[in-house]
Amino acid sequence: MSRARYKLVVDPIACDGAGVCAELLPEMITLDPWGFPIIHGDEVPDGLLELARRTTVSCPRLALTLVRLDKR
Amino acid sequence: MTAPTGPTRLLDASGGADVVGLDAHLARWGALPDVSPKVLLDAVDRSGLRGHGGAWFPVGTKWRAVAGSGRSKPVVVANGAEGEPASGKDRYLLHHSPHLVLDGAAAAARAIGTDRVIVHVTAGPVAGVHAALAERARRRVDTCSFEVVVAPDRFLSGQESAAVATVNGRNPGIPTFVGIRSVRDQGVAGRPTLVQNVETLAHAALIARYGPEWFRSVGTADSPGTALLTVTGRWEAPRIVEVPYGTTLGKALGIDAGAAAGIQAVLLGGYGGGWLPTSTALTMPFTEESARGHGSSLGAGVVVLLPTGVCPLAEAARVVRYLEGEGAGQCGPCVNGLDVLATSMEHLAYRPRSLRGGVAALPTLCGLVEGRGACHHPDGVARFVRTAVDAFGDHAALHLSRGPCQTTRPFLSVPAPAASVAR
Ligand code: SF4
Ligand code: SF4
Repeated sequence: MSRARYKLVVDPIACDGAGVCAELLPEMITLDPWGFPIIHGDEVPDGLLELARRTTVSCPRLALTLVRLDKR
Repeated sequence: MTAPTGPTRLLDASGGADVVGLDAHLARWGALPDVSPKVLLDAVDRSGLRGHGGAWFPVGTKWRAVAGSGRSKPVVVANGAEGEPASGKDRYLLHHSPHLVLDGAAAAARAIGTDRVIVHVTAGPVAGVHAALAERARRRVDTCSFEVVVAPDRFLSGQESAAVATVNGRNPGIPTFVGIRSVRDQGVAGRPTLVQNVETLAHAALIARYGPEWFRSVGTADSPGTALLTVTGRWEAPRIVEVPYGTTLGKALGIDAGAAAGIQAVLLGGYGGGWLPTSTALTMPFTEESARGHGSSLGAGVVVLLPTGVCPLAEAARVVRYLEGEGAGQCGPCVNGLDVLATSMEHLAYRPRSLRGGVAALPTLCGLVEGRGACHHPDGVARFVRTAVDAFGDHAALHLSRGPCQTTRPFLSVPAPAASVAR
């Protein structure tokens, strides 16, 4: 019965700071003064999971990933 | 070959000698006992030994994780790449008692089921390590093979993923993003890798001989055993001392009220550690728990007693600028944030009126870099800045009201900027 839980993780080395993710998922991502993403919340809420998934594949540097919380 | 009973363990075998050679080493400690991996893992687990390179991770848990990774034969990296300018204990230990470190590495290799050990050190100790390895080879001490890899002399060289990058021959001394993976699963040549600080290995060598109960006979339940410290500001030159956990620094270093009056504040844990008020640092129980409780960490055992008469803000500013320059220049928040932090600290130290937002701006800036790098470098810099703001708040207020200090005799050691990193 347990559903999979996810969090969003940025690879700060790959990220270019162009901020595409913050436009697509403003509910969870804002930008710092230098344009790099800040992720809010430890877990992606159910309602945002699909949008979060689309955001990760839209990241031009593939720097954003969804990581299962319940598995290592 | 009796176990040491007092608080001097790693430094016990010297008998005044500068280097404990293989004969003296065997005369004092005997050979590493021939026991099974299971016995070794249990002993290290029950000893409560933690990582002495700064991360304070339970050693038994780490060994089991690498041993159980099971994908291919693991590798042990004995990590003596001590990049911290205020630390000298790993270099000293490698110079003074190399066989204790190599014994510990051999024990770790046996425990996790491998015969491959890489000794990862900066250029300084290389000759001594080679000499010790030659002695061991002549006497056929080891069943595992040792290789020496030289690390660049940089602040981050000893960081786990940076050490693996150096051994793998790409971007030496530069951390990589490991995300939720870890070098424990995939490190040197893609194999499960145990990166363990050399002092930690030396403790493990004694635990393998004398057992966990002996190890726990000194120290506290959560901080068992002893630690090697690099102490600056107590004597003419920095000195390496071995101190049992649970004592106080005041007692261990013989600092009375008179001497304490000459100390402005104490830096614990190094340039990625934190500043504490003198009275707190000298009287709290010397354990990782109490250091963390006060917003600092014992880190890799750096203790700096900052004398009165030097400007603490100028000292802190020099260190933060150095740390900014030692960043690997890969992650946006670290590259941008550390530069702004360094500039802000320089404003506070030398031109306080230029500091926009006043002292309160500094913790806010720290919040912008914490947890946002591929490695923990920005977190350490933030801790250094936050605790400096707390410890030197009164001094900062003086700068803001009366202007900066006139004489700023440099005290903390800050190396010249390194040649730029190959990207
Ligand atoms: S879209 Fe990707 S590369 Fe761009 S800022 Fe977001 S995480 Fe970084
Ligand atoms: S956080 Fe800083 S020091 Fe660490 S890898 Fe990124 S840029 Fe380099």
